[in-house]
Amino acid sequence: MFKRRGGSVSSLSGGCAIFSLLALVIWALAILFPLYWLIVTSFKTPIEVGNGPFYVPFVDFKPTLDAWHYILLGDLQRDTFRPYLNTIIVSISSTVLALAFGSTAAYALTRFTFRPKLGAVGLFIGCLVLAIVAIYLGVPWLLAVAAGTALFLILLQTIARRFTRSLGNNDIAFWMISQRILPPVAVVIPIYILFQRLGMLDTRPALIITYVAANLPIVVWLMRDYLQSVPIELEECAAIDGASHYRTFWSIVLPLSMPGLVATFLFVLVFAWNEYMYALFLTSAHSQTLPLTIAAQNATRGPQWWYMSVLILIMILPVIGMAIALERYIARGLLVGAVKG
Amino acid sequence: MSVGDQTQGSAQVGPNLEVPASGPGLWERLVDRLDRAAGSAFILPAVLVILCLSIFPLVISLYISLVRLQFVSSGIQLTFVGLDNYAKLLVGIDHVHFLGQAAPPSAISWIVVGLVVGTAVVLFARYLRGGRLSPGGLVGRIIVTVGLCTLAWLAVTTLAPGGRPGTLMVTLVYVFVDITFQYILGLGLAMLCVQHLPGQRFFRVVFLLPMMITPVGVAYLFRMLADTSIGPLYPIWSALGLSNTSWVENAWGARAAVMIGDIWEWTPFIFIVLLAALESQSIEPLEAAVVDGANRWQIFWEITLPDILPVSTTVVLIRMIEAFKIIDLPNVLTNGGPGTATESLTLHAYTIWRALDIGGSAAVAYILLLTSTFCCLAFANLVRRRFVEG
Repeated sequence: MFKRRGGSVSSLSGGCAIFSLLALVIWALAILFPLYWLIVTSFKTPIEVGNGPFYVPFVDFKPTLDAWHYILLGDLQRDTFRPYLNTIIVSISSTVLALAFGSTAAYALTRFTFRPKLGAVGLFIGCLVLAIVAIYLGVPWLLAVAAGTALFLILLQTIARRFTRSLGNNDIAFWMISQRILPPVAVVIPIYILFQRLGMLDTRPALIITYVAANLPIVVWLMRDYLQSVPIELEECAAIDGASHYRTFWSIVLPLSMPGLVATFLFVLVFAWNEYMYALFLTSAHSQTLPLTIAAQNATRGPQWWYMSVLILIMILPVIGMAIALERYIARGLLVGAVKG
Repeated sequence: MSVGDQTQGSAQVGPNLEVPASGPGLWERLVDRLDRAAGSAFILPAVLVILCLSIFPLVISLYISLVRLQFVSSGIQLTFVGLDNYAKLLVGIDHVHFLGQAAPPSAISWIVVGLVVGTAVVLFARYLRGGRLSPGGLVGRIIVTVGLCTLAWLAVTTLAPGGRPGTLMVTLVYVFVDITFQYILGLGLAMLCVQHLPGQRFFRVVFLLPMMITPVGVAYLFRMLADTSIGPLYPIWSALGLSNTSWVENAWGARAAVMIGDIWEWTPFIFIVLLAALESQSIEPLEAAVVDGANRWQIFWEITLPDILPVSTTVVLIRMIEAFKIIDLPNVLTNGGPGTATESLTLHAYTIWRALDIGGSAAVAYILLLTSTFCCLAFANLVRRRFVEG
């Protein structure tokens, strides 16, 4: 197959090439200048920031490490360190969990056939509604949930065979992926009440579980498309040799889909790392994450650009470093899924 | 792992032992059963997580939007109020905040509305006469036609001079303006990046960066850049004599700031996906076109654009889904202000929540869910299907 590898059929003529290059440089500047300004501001003193724009360190102004010192070692050190640790723990563990759940589900959706009966799904919804009505009428929630589950299982065993219309794998995949449409604000209030009841408000596990649910659809979507492009022959050989599905998944499918996994990991990690909305609702002092710390800078002391710049820089450096290191994988992994649509 | 080893072992050892009568042992049967349930075991965690943390809260949220919820000393007190929370937003005291203030319709607004309604009705009539009727399709199209006409009316009356758009309209403006610019810029950059130009790798990495930066950070960054007295663009502002005015105090200026931030942040996403689509384009049709003497413009319109349209619609759909959730930028960049001019629906729900009107907040969230689902499904069914299926 002939692919055009980063080139067009006819090379551009001189004037055209210069114009294209100019456009690329302009956009690169539009991206790099704000980042440059961020770095420069972090080395300024409050007076220098307040007196108007100074552009070049050592020429326009004398750079100082005051702001960095204050944030990393000084008074604010504890205020910064804890959210930073929270962000790292929450984003990495939620990403790993989302990848684990999502890639197994994606594997199941591409390699097994599911035919859940439409009636059974309806039955489940019916029992759920019954349980909720029961709770509303004053039945203890544990009892209502248990009774609902029992009723569902009994009905499933007895009348489920009569149902004929059933759903397929694509319906399940669509159902999972479409959860991404849900605006976080539409589900966060019940989640808040749930964690309040469980006494888990403002804890890391609460945030981790929520992020897993929020990012699972992306993982299923990307990994499903990626796994469809992984040849199935090796797995068939493994099955003939007597390997179980679990073993096949662990020692054949996972290594083969590494590029897709890495790209998905990076993608989901960035989402979790930068997440603001859920953290705003579910955390306060104890398990606050960095985006909230940065956002709160303004409310407490007015815009102190020099400290803010340091905070933003230490927050974005790890992800930017990772993005540069894994850029190759993004092209190879993520896009197999996206391009197929 | 150990489970897999056991199965393999039994497969090899079984025949050698030659005990066909007793059949497989308990352990082997268990392993076999486990293996046959592998499909369900693989999919179950994901289903449970989604059920517990998406579907279940969604149902509860619908219920909460129908009640007045108060935190009292003994816990939570619920009073069922029916559709009151929605009525408050659509016709009650909150409707200026939510829907906006309508300007008296002018001639231009009548023309625009007439055009939209006319197009929608013509499309609907063509569907009716097309002869491929189905109950689902019919209902879907009626909803789309009515919804589009309503949104057009709302847009025309509140965006006209003298009107004031509410949070619903502001969110829609964010979504459509942002995505339009992101797509044009992303496509342009991707087209430039597939040419043989020096420094290609550098540009690719740099163009990816904004996507990695937290939106809260982007918001502060643009607040800093937009500052007319100490920001880096001070010389320009002072040359224009604007150095002491803050353009973030003007409603549309503030909205523009939010949109520029969003465009800056998310153009890279559209860029990388379109770049990959362009790179996987097969080369033969392009070569044939060059041999036939087609110019660059013709090649773009006749070959390249149709090639990447399916991917384009996918990526636009993804951006649309995410763009409706915007909160960080307006909250940090402009704090929703001036007044409520830059508030998005999510931010609106959050401010009501802060005022402890939990039911009202859930109602806003539900309307956001409905609007976003409506727009995404309409786009997926009407636009995307047409291009993807050719």
